[in-house]
Amino acid sequence: MKKRIFAVVLALVLLLVALMLAQALLIPSRYDNREGHLLCGYEQATDAHDVIFVGDCEIYEGIVPAVLYEQYGITSYVRGSSQQTVWQSYYILEDTLKKEPDVKVVVFNVLALKYGETPREEISRMTLEDMPWSLSKLNAIRASMTKDESLASYFMPILRYHDRWSSLTAEDVKRTFAKHEDITHQGYLMQTNIVPVDPTDNRKPDALIDSALPARSMEYLEKMCALCEQYGAELVLVKAPTNSVKYYWYDEWDAQIVSYAKEKNLTYYNFVGMDEGLGLDWSRDTYDAGLHLNVYGAEKWTRYIGDLLVTNHGVQDRRGDAALDALWQERIDRYTQEKQQGEQTK
Amino acid sequence: MEQLIELLEELHPEIDYETEEGLVDNGILDSLDIVTLITDINDAFDVSIPAEEILPENFNSARALWELIERLDTV
Amino acid sequence: MNFASIEFLCFLLVLVAAYYLAPKRAQWVVLLAGSVVFYAFAGVTSCLFLLAVIVISYVSVRLIGKRQSACAAWLSEHKELPKEERKAYKNKSKKGNLVIVCVGIGVLIAALVYAKFVSGYFGIRVSGAGISFGAYALEIMGISYYTFIAVGYMLDVYREKAPVQKNFAKHALFVGFFPQLVMGPISKYSDVGEQYFVPHALEGKNLYTGAVRVAWGFFKKLVVADAIAPAVGAIVAQQRSGVYFLLLCLFYSIRIYGDFTGGIDIVLGSAEMLGIRLPENFNRPFSSKSTAEYWRRWHITMGAWFTNYIFYPLSVTKSMQKLSKWSRAHLGTAIGKRLPVYITTIVTWLATGLWHGIAWNFVVWAMLNCLVLLVSQELEPLYTKFRTKFPRLHASAPYQTFMAVRTFCLMALIRVFDCYMNVPLTFQKFFSVFTTPNWGSLFDGSVTSLGVSAASFCVIGVGILFMFGVSRLGKDRPLREKLWERPWLGSFALAALVFLVLVFGTYGLGYDASAFIYGGTFN
Repeated sequence: MKKRIFAVVLALVLLLVALMLAQALLIPSRYDNREGHLLCGYEQATDAHDVIFVGDCEIYEGIVPAVLYEQYGITSYVRGSSQQTVWQSYYILEDTLKKEPDVKVVVFNVLALKYGETPREEISRMTLEDMPWSLSKLNAIRASMTKDESLASYFMPILRYHDRWSSLTAEDVKRTFAKHEDITHQGYLMQTNIVPVDPTDNRKPDALIDSALPARSMEYLEKMCALCEQYGAELVLVKAPTNSVKYYWYDEWDAQIVSYAKEKNLTYYNFVGMDEGLGLDWSRDTYDAGLHLNVYGAEKWTRYIGDLLVTNHGVQDRRGDAALDALWQERIDRYTQEKQQGEQTK
Repeated sequence: MEQLIELLEELHPEIDYETEEGLVDNGILDSLDIVTLITDINDAFDVSIPAEEILPENFNSARALWELIERLDTV
Repeated sequence: MNFASIEFLCFLLVLVAAYYLAPKRAQWVVLLAGSVVFYAFAGVTSCLFLLAVIVISYVSVRLIGKRQSACAAWLSEHKELPKEERKAYKNKSKKGNLVIVCVGIGVLIAALVYAKFVSGYFGIRVSGAGISFGAYALEIMGISYYTFIAVGYMLDVYREKAPVQKNFAKHALFVGFFPQLVMGPISKYSDVGEQYFVPHALEGKNLYTGAVRVAWGFFKKLVVADAIAPAVGAIVAQQRSGVYFLLLCLFYSIRIYGDFTGGIDIVLGSAEMLGIRLPENFNRPFSSKSTAEYWRRWHITMGAWFTNYIFYPLSVTKSMQKLSKWSRAHLGTAIGKRLPVYITTIVTWLATGLWHGIAWNFVVWAMLNCLVLLVSQELEPLYTKFRTKFPRLHASAPYQTFMAVRTFCLMALIRVFDCYMNVPLTFQKFFSVFTTPNWGSLFDGSVTSLGVSAASFCVIGVGILFMFGVSRLGKDRPLREKLWERPWLGSFALAALVFLVLVFGTYGLGYDASAFIYGGTFN
């Protein structure tokens, strides 16, 4: 009997070790994908932030914390990832505020409100897998799961990625044990390319099918309001500037957000079409023909928002603290260096 | 009993029904034989063997079959 | 709930724990509760039909039971009456019981027709039960295994071959025991009934052999059957001809074997963990040397059901006996003897075919099986002659293998009818083997264009070798029982099996590297 118990325990241990090794090997490395790990860097950040930005690609490619500190002394971090849905933003914010209860302002980009359900399982999974384990993560998973997914596959990712056994290469083995660095700048993902808006393109946006934003995403916006209130942070809604018929921000949606903001006594800034005020030049400030800002456009938008944060929302200038200045200077230098590198390769 | 063995011998004359104990298990009687046998028994003994009694243990030997017939004949 | 899923495993784990923790007297209540939970996953409407089957069979069985005891009491009170009178009384009572059985079955069929046509509800929704064969029959006919269990039980009680279960909840458990709801086996009360209600102590052996059997079922289904399924689908959907038809026969046989026997392994293994032995449904079917043997080894409980409740009753009806007498008198013994049996065989097979689905391909499938069976029965004297003339050749391993391969090929050809679901097309594709000379595709790698990669084919091949080996090693006694006797080997074998299933199984969403790149969506 003793022998049997020993054998069973040993077999179980061996099975677990083998599964963990196989899992490490089978989970695809996303470090060669620039948008593969956008959320991870925050875990290592030890300094406090007055402003937290949450949202999708429009925010992590539009807001530059380094510029905000350099110009206004605002300490901030961008908590955004690809196609980050409202509920994901909500639970990420929940995690963030638990870690930093003293945040003054939370800025949320409203584009993701158009999704009432998770648009793509794979992209959603990248966001969820990068969240550290917490109740918020579990809730985020449950809110995000698509029809054929199983919760178990988040606890045991091998259930999701086991099919990769047939495409494993020696490269995968190397990557499994390699160390990786965060490529974002406080959550900002730098894009240095320039692909101008095509002025001859006269496509019209698709007709709007349902003029109201999905009830489910509005529900999470409501929860986000309550969360900010609980922590005494001010929630500011923004819509990033774009110039494309894809991911179009419809007037009907805008009107709904305007009235929602009024009802909740929130500030809402819509930057779509504010090109003159921002000084945006769509022939050089975008890397994908008007859909997203590149680093030049992002700097312009960031400066505008920095002004607003200081004048309208009373965000403090933190410059002058030697240790903090040094920390940020390092970040600013890294940012400037990468920007210059991008220019040289052109 | 003798009459029954006569019926059985009509089907497979080469078998020694006094000793054979595995008529079904050894594949001597197939479903065709069994159905024929049931008809014959019905004629000869005025006993109808119901479907539920078509079990290997009732057909494996002449003796078992005879016991079945006797059992069915009493109430 | 899909058997081949994490959800089912979790459910099973909780159930097993609750079962052995519960007081021994209440163990069967845990099983009943588990069955209710299992069924609840399939939706409320499906529960309603199961409930109807349980209530109808319960009422019939109780009525028959009451009449039987009344009859027995009358007979013991009237021992002095002549035999004929007593016999007549008993027969009259039996006739009444038969009427009850018939009414019960009639109401069942009416409920089925109502469920199917009036409420538009098709069988139980075993969403993606995956178990194609079983689930298929459910979806098509809405008749499920528990209906067969219930009808068999009604007939057994009528035949006085099974006791009357007076406790409604216990009756419900017998009819609706969850593992057999989706794909059988069709159990008989005399085999399993009491097992549910006696106490079961926790035994390491049951847990181990049951778990190995479940894991092995997962292996057969996920690593082999589901992995080859895309190739089966592709050959049919793309209407490939020639050598692909032969490949289809082979692939489909592999798929249905892995799927069905694997599913049954999960079912019987789950029951084994609970200390309950359900009847075996397969006994190394692909080792059969003849079609008749094949049908004694494949889907055994279904074959037994049709033999017991259709073939024999039909054979012994008065009209069949009359026909037998008449044909023997008028057509000679040779034909006369055969005619009634042939008719009942054909009717039984027709019923079997239609049970799988109301479609022509199932009729053709059944008739082909029937034809092969009857022809080989007619050729039996020839075989016997051959056996007696060349006993050594016949007993030699190559000849035995030849017979098994021959039976496999024959069955594979007949089975392929349920792939196409279209009789003329099946024949057309069959003849294309002779008219389309594309044997080259076997060797130039074009087989991998069927949606199964070369690497997957390798894994499937190894999986088939495993299945063959396990089957051979378990010829006298299941391999899992031998493994239990060797703690080290046994534990590692189970662990390795779980590992192989998790890594090489076909489940989940599949991995497409490009889908994980967000930027790709912008162009």
